[in-house]
Amino acid sequence: MSEIAITAEGLGKRYRIGALAHQMTLGERLTHLMKAPARWLDPRSNGSSSGRHPEFWALRDVSFELRKGEVVGLIGRNGAGKSTLLKILSRVTQPTVGRAEIRGRVGSLLEVGTGFHPELTGRENTYLNGAILGMGKKEIDRKFDGIVAFAEVENFIDTPLKHYSTGMQMRLAFAVAAHMEPETLLVDEVLAVGDIAFQKKCLGKMGEVASGGRTIVFVSHQLNQIRRLCEKVIWLDHGKIFQSGPTPEVTGAYEASMSRRSAVLKGTQGAPDVRNGFVSWEIVEPRNEKSSLLTTLGRVRIKFVLQLDKPIADGHHGIALFNFERQLIWASATNHMELAPGIHEFYYDFPTLPVRPGLYSWEVSLFDGGRQVDLWSCVPEMTVATEIHQHPDDRWSGVLNLPCKTSVERGASHVEDVHI
Amino acid sequence: MPTEVVQVQVPPAQLLEIPVVRIEARRRCLALDLSELWAYRDLVYFFVWRDIKVRYKQTVIGAAWAILQPVLTMLVFSLFFGKLAKIPSQGLPYPIFYYSALLPWMYFATAMQAATNVVVEQQRVITKIYFPRVVLPIASVMAGLLDFAISFAVLLVLMAGYHIVPTASAVLWLPFFTLLAVLTALGVGLWLSALNAIYRDVRYVVPFLVQFWMFASPVAYPSSLVPEKWRWLYGLNPMAGVIEGFRWALTGHGEPPSILLAASSLAVVLLVLSGLVYYHAVEGVIADVV
Repeated sequence: MSEIAITAEGLGKRYRIGALAHQMTLGERLTHLMKAPARWLDPRSNGSSSGRHPEFWALRDVSFELRKGEVVGLIGRNGAGKSTLLKILSRVTQPTVGRAEIRGRVGSLLEVGTGFHPELTGRENTYLNGAILGMGKKEIDRKFDGIVAFAEVENFIDTPLKHYSTGMQMRLAFAVAAHMEPETLLVDEVLAVGDIAFQKKCLGKMGEVASGGRTIVFVSHQLNQIRRLCEKVIWLDHGKIFQSGPTPEVTGAYEASMSRRSAVLKGTQGAPDVRNGFVSWEIVEPRNEKSSLLTTLGRVRIKFVLQLDKPIADGHHGIALFNFERQLIWASATNHMELAPGIHEFYYDFPTLPVRPGLYSWEVSLFDGGRQVDLWSCVPEMTVATEIHQHPDDRWSGVLNLPCKTSVERGASHVEDVHI
Repeated sequence: MPTEVVQVQVPPAQLLEIPVVRIEARRRCLALDLSELWAYRDLVYFFVWRDIKVRYKQTVIGAAWAILQPVLTMLVFSLFFGKLAKIPSQGLPYPIFYYSALLPWMYFATAMQAATNVVVEQQRVITKIYFPRVVLPIASVMAGLLDFAISFAVLLVLMAGYHIVPTASAVLWLPFFTLLAVLTALGVGLWLSALNAIYRDVRYVVPFLVQFWMFASPVAYPSSLVPEKWRWLYGLNPMAGVIEGFRWALTGHGEPPSILLAASSLAVVLLVLSGLVYYHAVEGVIADVV
């Protein structure tokens, strides 16, 4: 395995609630200063006593190791500590406790276009922003043409930035940042804005950076982006690492938790009667290290194992697939089966299971006439981690994950036909 | 099945060369990481360049301000302090006497105020990206040097008009006095910008400070009015040394300000060093409090 790029040990960051927003009045401050004259010089006091504001830990006891070349996604709800962690790693702010070590040059992109000035031209801003990001003048000279070409602003490079559209500013800003060549790149949710074509280009550029053996830590709320870019995910919750590991597992679990606050889907309902009902399920084809993990869009064969201790005269069997939002994706039924006691294996063959990546739950049932023999929410849940053929923006990501060919042809009547 | 394993070995020498960024709760107390500052020298240059560029892009008469401000102030001083109050001017014509003091003084006042505000003004950048924060006040005090150079050219014209020729040996001292003024502005700027990040009151205090400080410096009067035995105390105000030094170096009138200058130099060194230490202490939390 390759060498360690980032080590974090017990990182923690404490803030005082209100201390940042609250400015003491002069009277308060004076009485306060009378009591301890030297305190006003203490940068940490912010003119307030330490007991005054309740404290909270934005980040607590965060430890991890990232290897060189790894692309890691940081996910979590708002306020989970993602940005704080990124700020600590990029040295914008200091941790309250703990330590971290990063090997090699660190580039951070917490905001696109930091330091851009509207009065200056695109060219001037490129140099300014590049210098703020840590590049020297010569380095920018060398990369300048590449940056301008990437941003597609050749014709406006000597126009003041205030005349640029937001999209153009974004493109220029990202182009500058994309041309840093740090060993480690820290990226906050910056791709959320901008047009789709450019987002794709940026993702491509970041992928390029990653395959160049660089380490990337990437924050995004867009799970599609995370799935596309990252091989590993760290899920932060209330300032702590809640789960970390391979992308499909962690994003799946995260997605499920976002909609499932209660344990409705935990598979507890209709616990299988061990001797009379479904006992297990697995994906037989394609084979994976985990039998509940699906990583390809081709043929899928799924097996459900049923154990019966009594014969079934008029068996009705149902199957349903739900996504993490408990939305029904597909269902089917087989009626009037006669089943002898013993083990039965039900096989389902699909030419493809084109659902978008995420966490899914199978439900299988068996009735004898009108009597329910078993209803099982299969555990474990099915993790789908196939390649994404979807709109990169989560807002436009549908339930299906279908590869398609798009072509535009010109018909005889000069009306454009779009075949999808 | 035997597979060929290609192992890429990183040569150990190359491994050693990779710089390691260490992030810890408290950094060491050392005030200035010079090698890091050197690595960011281009950023200082671009900040200075941006300050100057933006300032002149947004003004109508641009560089003329650099001339108008000291010239108009000089006229007012010459009229009220000179002609009316009859303040002694070491035998110099009042316009030269005042202008040669206003030149370093106005540089100092603007540079110091710019440095005081820079941390608050650049908070967006500070909360989004790391660079040695000390770059900000350094760039601020350096950006003022262009205006200084422009108004200096005016002084040369004025001196030519009055047929005053500086002595060669004295002129050699000018860079030193200029450096002293820059360092004073930097030292005060370090302290005030750090305090300003925590207490926004500083911004209201500074205009008063500038006014008081001007009267505590030999701008409107010669330092010879200060009793000899208190001269060293007076010199602890670094601008006293700077201004007297300027007058002396440019016009050759008066004495080389020896005691004054020694005290001022010492004060500047202390000011800058303590400023660096305090700024460094605040630097760690600047992104959280600004």
